[in-house]
Amino acid sequence: MSAPVVTARQAGLIGCAQCGKVHRDGAVTCLRCGSDLRPRSAARLQAVWAWLVAGLVVYVPANVYPMLKTSSLGRTTESTILGGVVELMHHGSYGIAGIVFFASIIIPIAKFLAIIFLALSVTRQVRMSHHYRHKLFHVVEFIGRWSMIDVFVVAILASLVQLNFAASIAPGIAAVSFALSVAFTMVSALSFDERLIWDADPVPAE
Amino acid sequence: MSVHTPPKMSEDSARDLDSLIACPACDALLRDRDVAAGETATCPRCHSVIEAPRRLAMTRILMLAMAGLILMVAAVFFPFLEVSAAGLSQRSTLVDTVRAFSGGLTVPLTYAMAALIVVLPTVRFLALIYVLGPMALGWYPRRFAVPAFRVAEALRPWAMAEVFIVGVAVALVKVAGLAHVAIGPAFWAFVGLVVVTVLKDNFMSRVTVWKTLEARRPA
Repeated sequence: MSAPVVTARQAGLIGCAQCGKVHRDGAVTCLRCGSDLRPRSAARLQAVWAWLVAGLVVYVPANVYPMLKTSSLGRTTESTILGGVVELMHHGSYGIAGIVFFASIIIPIAKFLAIIFLALSVTRQVRMSHHYRHKLFHVVEFIGRWSMIDVFVVAILASLVQLNFAASIAPGIAAVSFALSVAFTMVSALSFDERLIWDADPVPAE
Repeated sequence: MSVHTPPKMSEDSARDLDSLIACPACDALLRDRDVAAGETATCPRCHSVIEAPRRLAMTRILMLAMAGLILMVAAVFFPFLEVSAAGLSQRSTLVDTVRAFSGGLTVPLTYAMAALIVVLPTVRFLALIYVLGPMALGWYPRRFAVPAFRVAEALRPWAMAEVFIVGVAVALVKVAGLAHVAIGPAFWAFVGLVVVTVLKDNFMSRVTVWKTLEARRPA
């Protein structure tokens, strides 16, 4: 359908990932938007890996330690992320249980796997086409922030339910490590230069 | 739908860098052209949208950002939610929600919450008003418009008003079994804020704003 596509890099030029302006080789900052133009390289992938590992490490205490401490009439119960989901299901709120399960367990794990896969695909041969990997990256980028839902839920519950003896809710330490895990994986995805997906492609698309 | 086309590469055309654009997503080198309002320019290689200028988009974004700022003030100062159970009632504002983590080891989360829900969305609104206000009026860009717009774009994933409102919905369902919950005016202000934010981001065409800022730069 179209003429073969040449990338800015193949033409010996540098394209700005923020605004698209094309610069001569050797340019450091974009003349139009002031963004950093340093060339993407496998070394930049190290930042992706580092943030990802950090995110994985703090994801462990996020699941082990309690997210919520509920005290009602003198009895205190602590619940973890998974415990909270199970509790919601016991109450019959399957929809909400689904949202929380999806946001705090499925999305983070899927995100870890997706970033690992994308980072590996830059240096290795993979089956998935560039278009699908490009889409996958955009899904990861878009969906990452939604994992914060559970942290917000804990904050709202803790601020709202302070009815002295009748019922009170306090946040657990897992809320902190979960928030950190979400933030670290977001930084990991943001440090991934999506153009690396296409750089590995020697043959023009279409 | 229209597409930017790859340039006929020759030594001469390569020299005229201003007539080229590199796809921000895949780095494909394309011939840059003016995209008319209402058109959507996509990359022929990776199919990402490069530019999608809309009529009066700058004015609309400016108005929406101003509306968002006003709603944010309302959301912060009016009561957010009120619960009552067993004759006791507790009213909470957005500030109380932010301060929920302010005991013990969870203190750092207080700052993070304040940033994600209130500070960063506000900074984005202010930066966009600062950058796009003069653009909508047809003036020269303000002095620090370029770094301001870069900050606004960099903060985009971190302004989590939409995520927060879904969190509120989940929390309401959780509390509903435990106590009676009344929704305050700040809640609706915040819902409005989310709608405004989503509309605003839909009108935004990043490359178009950058090009406009460059074209209007005083010589």
